[in-house]
Amino acid sequence: MAELIAKSPAHGLVPVETAGARLTEAPLAPIWSIAPLRGKTEAVSDALEQGHGLPFPAPGTLHAFQGVRIAWSGLDQAFLMGASPAPELSRDAALSDQSDGWAHMILEGSAARAVLARLVPIDLAPAACPPGSARRTLLGHMHTLILHPGGDRFELLVFRSMAETAVHEVARAMTAVAARAAIGD
Amino acid sequence: MRIDTNWRGDPAERIVFTFNGQPIEGYRGDTVAAALLAKGIRLVGRSFKYHRPRGIFTAGSEEPNALVTIGSGADQMPNVRATLQEIHDGLEVRSQNHIGPLQRDLLAVNDLLHPFLGAGFYYKTFMWPRSFWERVYEPVIRRAAGLGALSHDHGGARSEKAFAHCDVLVIGAGITGIMAAYVAARAGADVLLVDENMSLHNRHRHFDDPIRDAQGITHFSPEDFAFFYLNALQAMPNVRIMTRTTVTGIYDGGSYGALERTGLHLSPDAHPDLPRETFWRIRARQTVLATGALERPIAFPNNDRPGIMMLSAFMRYVDGFGVLCGRTPSFFVTNDDAHRVIAGLIARPEIAQAIRRCTVIDPRPEARAQGDYRLIAGAEVIDTRGRHGLREITVRQGGSQQRIETDLLALSGGWNPTLHLTCHLGARPVWNAEAAMFVPAQDAVPGLHPAGACNGTLSTGGCLRDGHTTALRAIAVLGLADPGVPVPQAGEEAGNGVALWQVQAKGRAWLDLANDVTTKDVAQSAQEGFASVEHMKRYTTQGMAPDQGKSSNIGALAILADATGRSISATGTTTYRPPFVPLTMGALGAGGEGHGFAPERKMTSHAATVARGAPMIEAGLWYRPSYFPAPGETTWQQACDREVRMVRQSVGVVDVSSLGKIDIQGPDAGAFLDFVYTNTFSTLPVGRVRYGLMLREDGHVMDDGTTARLGPDHYVMTTTTAAAGQVMAHLELVAQGLRPDLDVRVISVTEQWAQMSVAGPLARSLLNGILDTPLDTAGFPFMACGAVRVHGIEARLFRVSFSGEQAFEVAVPARFGDALYRDLVARAEALGGGAYGLEALNVLRLEKGFLTHAEMHGRVTAYDLGLQGMMSPKKDYIGKPAAARPGLLEPGRERLVGLKPVDQGGILTAGARLFTKGDPHTRPHDQGYVTSVGSSATLGHMIGLGFLRHGPERMGEAITLVDHLRGIQTPCEVCAPVFFDQDGGRARG
Repeated sequence: MAELIAKSPAHGLVPVETAGARLTEAPLAPIWSIAPLRGKTEAVSDALEQGHGLPFPAPGTLHAFQGVRIAWSGLDQAFLMGASPAPELSRDAALSDQSDGWAHMILEGSAARAVLARLVPIDLAPAACPPGSARRTLLGHMHTLILHPGGDRFELLVFRSMAETAVHEVARAMTAVAARAAIGD
Repeated sequence: MRIDTNWRGDPAERIVFTFNGQPIEGYRGDTVAAALLAKGIRLVGRSFKYHRPRGIFTAGSEEPNALVTIGSGADQMPNVRATLQEIHDGLEVRSQNHIGPLQRDLLAVNDLLHPFLGAGFYYKTFMWPRSFWERVYEPVIRRAAGLGALSHDHGGARSEKAFAHCDVLVIGAGITGIMAAYVAARAGADVLLVDENMSLHNRHRHFDDPIRDAQGITHFSPEDFAFFYLNALQAMPNVRIMTRTTVTGIYDGGSYGALERTGLHLSPDAHPDLPRETFWRIRARQTVLATGALERPIAFPNNDRPGIMMLSAFMRYVDGFGVLCGRTPSFFVTNDDAHRVIAGLIARPEIAQAIRRCTVIDPRPEARAQGDYRLIAGAEVIDTRGRHGLREITVRQGGSQQRIETDLLALSGGWNPTLHLTCHLGARPVWNAEAAMFVPAQDAVPGLHPAGACNGTLSTGGCLRDGHTTALRAIAVLGLADPGVPVPQAGEEAGNGVALWQVQAKGRAWLDLANDVTTKDVAQSAQEGFASVEHMKRYTTQGMAPDQGKSSNIGALAILADATGRSISATGTTTYRPPFVPLTMGALGAGGEGHGFAPERKMTSHAATVARGAPMIEAGLWYRPSYFPAPGETTWQQACDREVRMVRQSVGVVDVSSLGKIDIQGPDAGAFLDFVYTNTFSTLPVGRVRYGLMLREDGHVMDDGTTARLGPDHYVMTTTTAAAGQVMAHLELVAQGLRPDLDVRVISVTEQWAQMSVAGPLARSLLNGILDTPLDTAGFPFMACGAVRVHGIEARLFRVSFSGEQAFEVAVPARFGDALYRDLVARAEALGGGAYGLEALNVLRLEKGFLTHAEMHGRVTAYDLGLQGMMSPKKDYIGKPAAARPGLLEPGRERLVGLKPVDQGGILTAGARLFTKGDPHTRPHDQGYVTSVGSSATLGHMIGLGFLRHGPERMGEAITLVDHLRGIQTPCEVCAPVFFDQDGGRARG
């Protein structure tokens, strides 16, 4: 039997590195959308606690426990990342495999916020976007889910098909920000 | 000349740039204007209409005269204000709007013709013959009157856009803005202080009004005050200071646009990636507007010569750049503040030494000299001389006139608050008769507090207090406590003077230097009946130049008021619109060039497809292969024909991942689909697929596609590529807004699955090579679906066909898409088949009469498509009532038909019109139109789909296809839209 080789969305496009910022791709890992059915948010949250040690996240938040994370991803919807959902969850929530739908990139470094300020219209300063935040917004023209676990690290999820454009846009912003730093601005 | 006073430039940093090819030396931090003035160069350009010699009039972004072109090739920028552009090594500066050398402009002849060229001249003169306007007059006039030119070279991607957020935005870093920023920052607000200038120092010397701290112990000069407070601000983590940044517009909800001259002060070679400009979009919760005021010129005959400038500009060149613009200066002023400034200036030893003679002319008879200069009180300047630079002025005092030799005339007619931004949301400024100035309307912009000179407060003490008070108002809105910063004290005396709009004397007196509008033009406008300020503006073009009339608007409307016998407040003012300063398209569109134009969506098969030489075409944002050229084929048609035959005879593979896929789950998923689709899905058995049609609220077709039932509460919907986003938004609207009673959850899975269609008589044999469990005919009938394993990977299989052949769509997680596509194509080739592209796909679907958005173009109903049978009478669904409206069920509507040429070789074209045989081919006889055509390799002639009045009733009728654009007429026969395998046996086989 032949074997199908798995290819990550940003294969060959990253890493991109400039002074103060580095763009890489997160390893392929499970991502499942969890959308509690009507009136089941609490039950789903309990099942998540049981199965993964994580709550169903409030809007805009990201939680992590033992390598598994859950991020708010939209109205009545969250992304469980790093594990397949515990079987009990399927009773009260719509589950959908999203593992292959997203190019999952990591931008980190002291210039990360300045780079994203070129592309993202919302405020990512610590006061507005504290550690443990998840944001649905725009990256240039693209819809994105931004995860901010803390520090200078931002994880950018864009549709898989747009990985090339995303890297192009972020890399362009990275070079512009680095150029400013180089002339001492 | 350069003098050595109060100038913080570094004489060690010498810079050489060129002006019209001539090398000029200056210092880092000089503007082009400062460097030219330091070398005694006063003539820098020609005026817009009369080609009059012009010089440098101001020292800021309001400059109406000194527009120059910098750079060359792709870096060429026209209409750059010499008063803002900083010099750098290698900078090329060229003057504009002259033919031949700047000193001897051939078009200066226009100035001799001025009696004929007044306002309205073009409208009256170039009326006849009518056809000449576009072909002759306009090109000639545009050539003669104009500004700088673009190079037409591609600009490259050299600018950027960015976002900024803050609690308090302070616009302008004069003493008012600094005070406001300091108070807000001390209260803990996140402060953004934005200023247009390159440096925040060297510009706070209004007049040497000492500033005392609250205890009255320490005395600062305004300069030192700014220095200390700016240092304090720079040290605070919650303060960002942006220099070289002009706020250009105010938009809704606290949004501000701003242009930063990021790299324009450096050579383009300084850093290859440095943006030249940055267009900022700033979101501010509160804003303090501290933009100051622009000094008001005075209109008198020949007031436009090089060497005539504003007093504030003259002072700025002294204080900011150490440049003294004249050694025998004269001053024409109407207010006491100006006298204080001049007295303070000439009291400085280095100035006193450099100046040979100093004359001040003041129209007020009661004016008193405040220093060691010659005052001519109760007098006016009535003329000037000096072709390329001021030499002499004529002063009238009472009944006598005298000529005074002078190399510089500085003007001060009072101040106009810089309130332009307060008009951007529609408010009009209010005339304050006592102060003789327009001030911002109350609450002109929500959350914006004007302070200091832009609000009509001119004294140093008043500005400090204003900055302090408005900051407190802003932080109170933010819920922050008053930090208890004491208000420094300073002089309260300012603004004592008279308004002198124009000097009554013979000769042309300029108002708008940028568009060459004189007082005479304004009076003529009123005389010809264009007495409203808006009409005057259009008639004379006053205020319509790139400077938006910053120096001339108030003077022009005062003269209009005078000419029409109204007060200024009754005359009113025109409004100010964004942008406050001219913006480059390069900054506004930054990032949108080339690959930045729109996201490029690429399927997992992209690399393999491109490697096979397929030209890619855009379908929405997706890139899809058009056709796969084989050796020996020279046209796309050959490839397309081969691919069509291949699918009909063996097997073809095409990536269909770009079609929208939407996961629909929940106990009410079936009911939800019944509401969205015209036909019923709640009855669809698990493991089956059904074709569905959805309408818009207005009863017209939105989209079609297949939906599969994967489980009792789980469906996956397929949409067309183009409508995927629209359908997803529609489903969200239905779920959240229209039917919140239904327990259903939707999410896009388009990107999760790589989905390949395998079509042709050998499709099943091909698939059986990759499926862990092979299929037999009975086990997976037409319109079946289910989970399978492909090479050990969990996959989904759908037996659907868009070609009319036996066909399967196999979906795997996208990470395996590339590998699966390569594997499928290789196996197809081994069976005599291969990859096919969109051209063949289109012909295959046309032969079967399947629809795309060429047919579902937004104006057709299900009835028009012959799909009224899919509109269930048993249930409610979106669009049902609207689709039942009588007009939408008329048999005479244009309805879907097939078209084939009467002659085998007849050409059909999409977009052509249809006419009854024998009718004239004119609009009143129009019977319909063609939406899709293709050359059917299967049938050996062209086929088409179109919409024809009474279409289905006209089967077999001979009609005429007419393409007026391409000059094609083809006799056609109306036929059923299904051309091939009418009973569909091949797809079920």
